[in-house]
Amino acid sequence: MEVEGAAHRTPWGDPVRALNKKLVRNLWKLRGQVLAIAIVIASGVAVLVMSLSALQALTETTEAYYERQRFGEVFASVKRAPQRLIEQIRTIPGVRSVDHRIKYLATLSIEGFEEPVIGQLVSIPEGAQPKLNQLVLREGRLVSPGHPDEVVLSEPFADAHGMQPGDSFQALMNSNLRTLTVVGVALSPEYVYTIGPGALMPDDHRFGVMWIGREALEAAYDLDGAFNDLSLGLLHGTNPQDVIERLDQLLERYGGTGAIPRAEQISNWFLMNEIEMQKTMSTILPTIFLAVAAFLSNMVLGRLIATDRSEIGLMKAFGYSNRQVGWHYAKLVMAMAGVGIILGWAAGAWLGRVNTEIYAEFYRFPLLIFRPDPGVFAIGAMVSLIAALAGSLGAVRRAANLPPAEAMMPPAPPLYRKTRISGSRFILWLDQPTRIILRQIVRAPFKALFTSIGIACSVAVMIMALQWLDSIEKIVDVFFHDAQRQDMMVGLVETQSDTTLLEFRRMPGVLAAEPMRAASVEFHAGTRTHRGAIEGIPDDPQLQRVYDAGGRVVQLPPEGLLLSTALAEKLNLDIGDRVQVDVLEGRRPKRTIPVVDLYETYIGMTAYMNIDAFNRMMGERGSLEYVTLLVDDSRLPALYKELKALPKVAAVTLKDAAVREFNKTMAETILIYISFFAAFACALGFGVVYNSTRIALSERGRELATLRVLGFHRGEISYILLGEAGLLILVGLPLGVLTGAGLGWFMTSAMDSELYRIPLVIKASTNAIAVLVTLAATLLSAAVVRNRLDHLDLIAVLKTRE
Amino acid sequence: MSPSIKAEQQSITLEGRSLTKTYHTGAVDVHALRGVDISLYEGELVVLLGPSGSGKSTLLNILGGLDSPSSGRVRFRDTEITDGDESVLTHYRRFHVGFVFQFYNLIPSLTASENVSLVTEIATDPMDPAEALTLVGLGERLGHFPAQLSGGEQQRVAIARAIAKRPDVLLCDEPTGALDSETGILVLEAIERVNRELGTTTAVITHNTVIGEMADRVIHFGDGHVVSSERNATRRAAGELSW
Repeated sequence: MEVEGAAHRTPWGDPVRALNKKLVRNLWKLRGQVLAIAIVIASGVAVLVMSLSALQALTETTEAYYERQRFGEVFASVKRAPQRLIEQIRTIPGVRSVDHRIKYLATLSIEGFEEPVIGQLVSIPEGAQPKLNQLVLREGRLVSPGHPDEVVLSEPFADAHGMQPGDSFQALMNSNLRTLTVVGVALSPEYVYTIGPGALMPDDHRFGVMWIGREALEAAYDLDGAFNDLSLGLLHGTNPQDVIERLDQLLERYGGTGAIPRAEQISNWFLMNEIEMQKTMSTILPTIFLAVAAFLSNMVLGRLIATDRSEIGLMKAFGYSNRQVGWHYAKLVMAMAGVGIILGWAAGAWLGRVNTEIYAEFYRFPLLIFRPDPGVFAIGAMVSLIAALAGSLGAVRRAANLPPAEAMMPPAPPLYRKTRISGSRFILWLDQPTRIILRQIVRAPFKALFTSIGIACSVAVMIMALQWLDSIEKIVDVFFHDAQRQDMMVGLVETQSDTTLLEFRRMPGVLAAEPMRAASVEFHAGTRTHRGAIEGIPDDPQLQRVYDAGGRVVQLPPEGLLLSTALAEKLNLDIGDRVQVDVLEGRRPKRTIPVVDLYETYIGMTAYMNIDAFNRMMGERGSLEYVTLLVDDSRLPALYKELKALPKVAAVTLKDAAVREFNKTMAETILIYISFFAAFACALGFGVVYNSTRIALSERGRELATLRVLGFHRGEISYILLGEAGLLILVGLPLGVLTGAGLGWFMTSAMDSELYRIPLVIKASTNAIAVLVTLAATLLSAAVVRNRLDHLDLIAVLKTRE
Repeated sequence: MSPSIKAEQQSITLEGRSLTKTYHTGAVDVHALRGVDISLYEGELVVLLGPSGSGKSTLLNILGGLDSPSSGRVRFRDTEITDGDESVLTHYRRFHVGFVFQFYNLIPSLTASENVSLVTEIATDPMDPAEALTLVGLGERLGHFPAQLSGGEQQRVAIARAIAKRPDVLLCDEPTGALDSETGILVLEAIERVNRELGTTTAVITHNTVIGEMADRVIHFGDGHVVSSERNATRRAAGELSW
């Protein structure tokens, strides 16, 4: 596309174009290295775009979903409150709307599914959407007036059991076995993340939400004109805490266990937690990748400028300014980064979409807003461009500042001096090729160090990804295997007397049964408070033991509280301190109780008490709300049958099923991320080793050719070049194992919450896999370079002056 | 040429027969060698003279096992090396040939004595590196790195490195090309000494006709051919040369 007369228009017209041609040819000549750097940059951009676009999609989708379905902003439950109270609640400043409901758990029998299933029954007005937490109807219709047996199922539950409108199942509601008919399938913003009692993960087979007409539930549970659950909508700008305070005062005498803001609503909490995790990812990983990319572009450009010395001198002799020369090389860096950015954009957009779809599927959003903001792409491009330019700034400046006369002379031979290391007794003991390797490293220690760090980053990224599985396995091990000896836990509808325990012990297949109590309480210690629960368990429990994550069974003292370390930390308490406990149930006693011991747990922040002490505190004798059971597997069907028919039973949680479900969810979600990260880690390892060996080959091709002339075999000269890389890899791998532990620690600490703490566990096999994957990536790049080494043109190298 | 060969009673160390070499560069074929016959006799010092581009470096590379001819044979004593694969050539270079180039090609990260050791470590009957360096007049500079040596000194290290394995053939390609005459003569003296004291068959390529005076035999090269070969009645000592 020659423009006629262009050469005359500007004195630089043609030369600049010639310079651009040189640029393109340089890029082509360096294509392997350009690509290797581009891949590292692309990885950084991809993670950034993926996390930011998923973050944005997740946030926008959730917001839109909540907005559209009028997700409540304050939630509260009570034992039983009259509907006239609603008027009073409505007058609390900031309250926009109030939706009162009836919520109960029920045991369900579903044909073809042997185990008991827990149903979360939630009332909705007959023939209409509730005011808040409206349903998204996916199939069928809402319940109609005058049909108390109609039910709308949550979609994940319906799908798990293959149920459609028209199907029916049985539910034990307040001692009455009822047959319910499915009329619709729906989703609710309140149950995006549906988690059953005692479970860690959603289990759509064994726990499901369903909506039934309010009148039907009022009748079934004798709550005529009353409610036991509330959801509030607030006016814009209202502080939920103020409303909660007033609400709690109103609800106290009706058995209110304390209202919670949306932020603490369990389903929302998990969603927000996921969003937080994306945020952490969007900062740490791109930083690593772009830092490595900056280092690599510095290395490659530094080498290119060294080989371009005489050309730079020539350009300057022709009258090019320092700025023009600098700009020429800056353009080269930008072109390298540009390739990476475009690759990263494409990969990031795709991964972001995949990532968001995984979330959308997992959470079953009825809508999905994925329209990545161009700003996200712009941020990715800016950040990586700046990183690459910053990395190569030194090299570009060196090129620009070379005086032309000096530039046209060949560079002085690299100066090696006797140093303590290079001249030591140790080195004299080595053969010459090994001395070459060591002196090379000692001469450019920072370059060597950065190469090792780059390799370490590759290992660390991989460890960080794999380490999740180890940590989760540890949680499952401690929580389900070490601590819990029971096979199932049965929740009872009301507090029951001791004789209930005997009833359970007589059931088919029951080998042991232990009672358990739980109450919502508010802890006060100085200015700190925590709303949680105390569990009462028997002396020397055999099934539900208090297990310290450090691996010890904690003895339950007859009096006083046993706190989890996380709770003790939150309340700033230690053994021997006293804590005020306001029970939010029953007669709502208030006590000051000493902390007698601490234990560490990964899940929840439970406080334990001896069940007898618990009952004394509550002012009740010998009662229980839960029974934990150890059962004989062969008698399970008979036991299930009996449990399903027992009116006292509100919920049955099976440990095996919980573990299975937990592992399944993990396998579905985490493994996908691990494969992403494995790919990124390989890109890093490959990029670093390929570039550093390619540059070493270019710098030392002459040296290696000389050795070939002297009669060294290909293998022997490969030893010099790849031996150096090997040594740096050898340093990088253990460094990576350490860095990986640090990164893992950072990520797991970032995930710490009241609901769970993720222990940093890195199995030896995780380190081994990470090391092997990186090693494979580096070996691949070494093999590529070795191939070039084998085709070294001896004569061409030796005939030219460097 | 043949009468003079017949006059020789010495045995042939290295010989090339009907050597051609054609480089295919883009659209044109460059004929670097157009049928060369050459013999190097045991212990002699031969200077190959010719203008640049005459093919003398190509010939040296082929004789030294760095390159293969397009046609023709190369024979080292009783061994045919023309058909040898990469490992045969490497073996040949490793144990029988010493090279010296215009650019000294020392390993910058190794000292003078270590550069020599590089070769002695892989050779079967090498001399001591210090001995080799003393032979070229550098016995005092064993521990210096290349960057700490002058050009002439670096070239003499290269010669010491080439001869330390006691090669059968020493091939020098413009060994003084990058040096001033005074330093160049020091280097030539080293080559001369090696040839005389060790009896190493030596070939020196140069375009400097003066250097021919130190040879047993001068071979003139031009346009891919051997133009002429003449025997000097007497060898002049390198120290007497000047240009």
